[in-house]
Amino acid sequence: MATTTRTPAPARGNTPRKPRRIGFGERFNRWDLKFSPYLYISPFFILFFITGLFPLFYTAFVSVHDWDTIMGQGTYVGMENFQFILSSPDFWKALRNTFSIFLLSSVPQVIIAITLAAVLDQNIRAKTFWRMGVLIPYVVTPVAVALIFSNLFADKFGLVNDMLGTFGIDPVGWHKEVLPSHFAIATMVNFRWTGYNILIFLAAMQAVPRDLYEAAVIDGAGRFRQFFSITVPQLRPTIIFVVITSTIGGLQIFDEPRMFDQFGRGGADGQWQTLTIYLYELGWTQGDFGRASAVAWLLFMLIVLIGIINFAITRRISTSGDKR
Amino acid sequence: MHRSTRTRRLTVTATAGAAALALTLTACGSSDSDDTADSGSSNGDEEITLTVATFNEFGYEDLLTEYEDLNPNITVKQKKAATADEARDALRNSLGANSGASDIEAIEVDWLAEFKQYPDKFADLTSDSVEGRWLDWKTEAATLEDGALIGYGTDIGPEAVCYRADLFEAAGIPSDREGAAEFIGESWDDYFDAGKEFMASSDVPWFDSAGATWQGMINQVQNAYEENDGTIIATENPEVRETYDAVLTAAVDENLSAHLGQWSQDWTDSFQNDGFATMLCPGWMLGVIEGNAAGVEGWDIADTFPGGGGNWGGSYLTVPSQGENVEAAKELADWLTAPEQQMKAFAAKGTFPSQVEALDSEELAAATNPFFNDAPTGEILANRAEAVSVTPFKGPNYFPINTAMADAITRVDVDQTDDADSSWEKFVADVDALG
Repeated sequence: MATTTRTPAPARGNTPRKPRRIGFGERFNRWDLKFSPYLYISPFFILFFITGLFPLFYTAFVSVHDWDTIMGQGTYVGMENFQFILSSPDFWKALRNTFSIFLLSSVPQVIIAITLAAVLDQNIRAKTFWRMGVLIPYVVTPVAVALIFSNLFADKFGLVNDMLGTFGIDPVGWHKEVLPSHFAIATMVNFRWTGYNILIFLAAMQAVPRDLYEAAVIDGAGRFRQFFSITVPQLRPTIIFVVITSTIGGLQIFDEPRMFDQFGRGGADGQWQTLTIYLYELGWTQGDFGRASAVAWLLFMLIVLIGIINFAITRRISTSGDKR
Repeated sequence: MHRSTRTRRLTVTATAGAAALALTLTACGSSDSDDTADSGSSNGDEEITLTVATFNEFGYEDLLTEYEDLNPNITVKQKKAATADEARDALRNSLGANSGASDIEAIEVDWLAEFKQYPDKFADLTSDSVEGRWLDWKTEAATLEDGALIGYGTDIGPEAVCYRADLFEAAGIPSDREGAAEFIGESWDDYFDAGKEFMASSDVPWFDSAGATWQGMINQVQNAYEENDGTIIATENPEVRETYDAVLTAAVDENLSAHLGQWSQDWTDSFQNDGFATMLCPGWMLGVIEGNAAGVEGWDIADTFPGGGGNWGGSYLTVPSQGENVEAAKELADWLTAPEQQMKAFAAKGTFPSQVEALDSEELAAATNPFFNDAPTGEILANRAEAVSVTPFKGPNYFPINTAMADAITRVDVDQTDDADSSWEKFVADVDALG
């Protein structure tokens, strides 16, 4: 399509040069068309290779070796590190904690975010103020959030237990029992991320064609009917996006559990030790990068696995959506 | 729309997955590039910048300014880590990556042995000017088999017992320093018995935390976790198990403990709430108590320590050999750990000197602390340092094993998720996993 028909010029004088120049220009044009798009997107891929792909494979290389943090590479040990990890009860406990915290944070987060976004999408006063207001928790650094919340959730002198006490409820061992500690950590995550997700949902809601609502109103649909029959189906791609990003974030959760107590190792009995904390413990406290890398790879495969499951579910949802 | 979402998702998944892995490795990168200096030694007047990495409170702020005034061509920057654990992790990182370490790195005695495994990574600091500067055992711990010295001693942590005189008085127990010391007694059994007697007439728990008390007890055992050749004996050593049972019996069965995790939010808050009557206090703890208990009157120090003397903590300054200004850093470390300077650090933050000359000085003997009812802290801590008779062996695995032990005690004393036996089994599993 780039080549235009070219009338052969009569050969005279320095004419040999001319076709060559045109030829180059043409070839350049063709290259331009063929390769420039790749050139334009290459910065991402070059960066991705350096910061993403290379560490990925290097970690795999480390994970099959005996690897001290300081001394570096040791002998090749094959799958030994993976065997150790998979047979360690700590790993399975960390896996349980990670999933529990993930579910306790992501599920309520998406539900609250979509509900609040629907409220903010209405014609309320000082719209911009409320819309920006939900983002404030997101601006606070996770470490500061964790400090404040671990203070609120302190076992003996924390505000939350004090308040429960006024209702006659026994103090909860936020730093002792498994589920309460997960709940406390999930609260920090929700505090920080709900506002962010509200904005994403809000942006998507505003892209929903208004005539759908007008038609619904004429048909006599109430607010709730509109929400469930128009807003939610129209938001499906956005919901999928939010679910996927919060899955990835949730499985890699680190700051909040690390800052939850004074030691950052996830509790004396590993009550809230997540996979990333376990990885850190192996790699830094115990100085064994081989095992830590094995955990990193297992975590990676886990995320890929969940990605595939997400993908399958998503496809089903979207096809059913299309049929309707 | 679907298509673009899908593509984006895959990319996001891949990138994020990779990022998770990068966690293990990116942290190895250099974290700091303050060293603008060029050549090796500190001869002459070239402008150089030295970095000093410390943790908690070393009391160096004014000293570093003073050093800059003495040496106009040198700029000194301090990097303070909040906890010793954090400093240890950071140092491991920069030694592993062979870049990013500060010119001077402070090391805590509990993990000194671990770093002695990598002598090539540290400069040999042997020098005539520091010959005989420290207590013998302090120097020995940082000396390698071939005679090289990898660290200059800063402080030591001779332990006394800090107590609330007002609570003692309310319980009808002698509250003056001598009387209290006698009441607390000489052995651990005495200390726990005194606790029972105290709690018979008071609602306040006797001590803060079984974990903290454990630190005092285990630091009196010569070879607790490892033989001198590094063989791990922690799980078979009857002395460890006996001590473990003793501290947990006192803490849980006899309920002498306030069941607080040391350094936790509750622990810090309980200083303001009459949380407990006594606690073991090494020199560097005085500043911590004063900070946490601000406004509370009645704290005092008894010149005694159960089970003989005990040393808890204390640090060294090392010079990683990867630095560009090894000689200049060595000079600074030498200067900082000289007796005169250590005395100033002691005055600032209570870090008790390990230097012989400072220990003998009149200034130390005359030091008092107004917060602790004007207690002669210098004299008391010097007595406590003298009472130290055992230098516990701390091998390369001391730190991870002691961490596992601290968790085991916390499970029983604070979390109460386990009893002593089941928690011990988990401790054994943790130690076996160190392999």
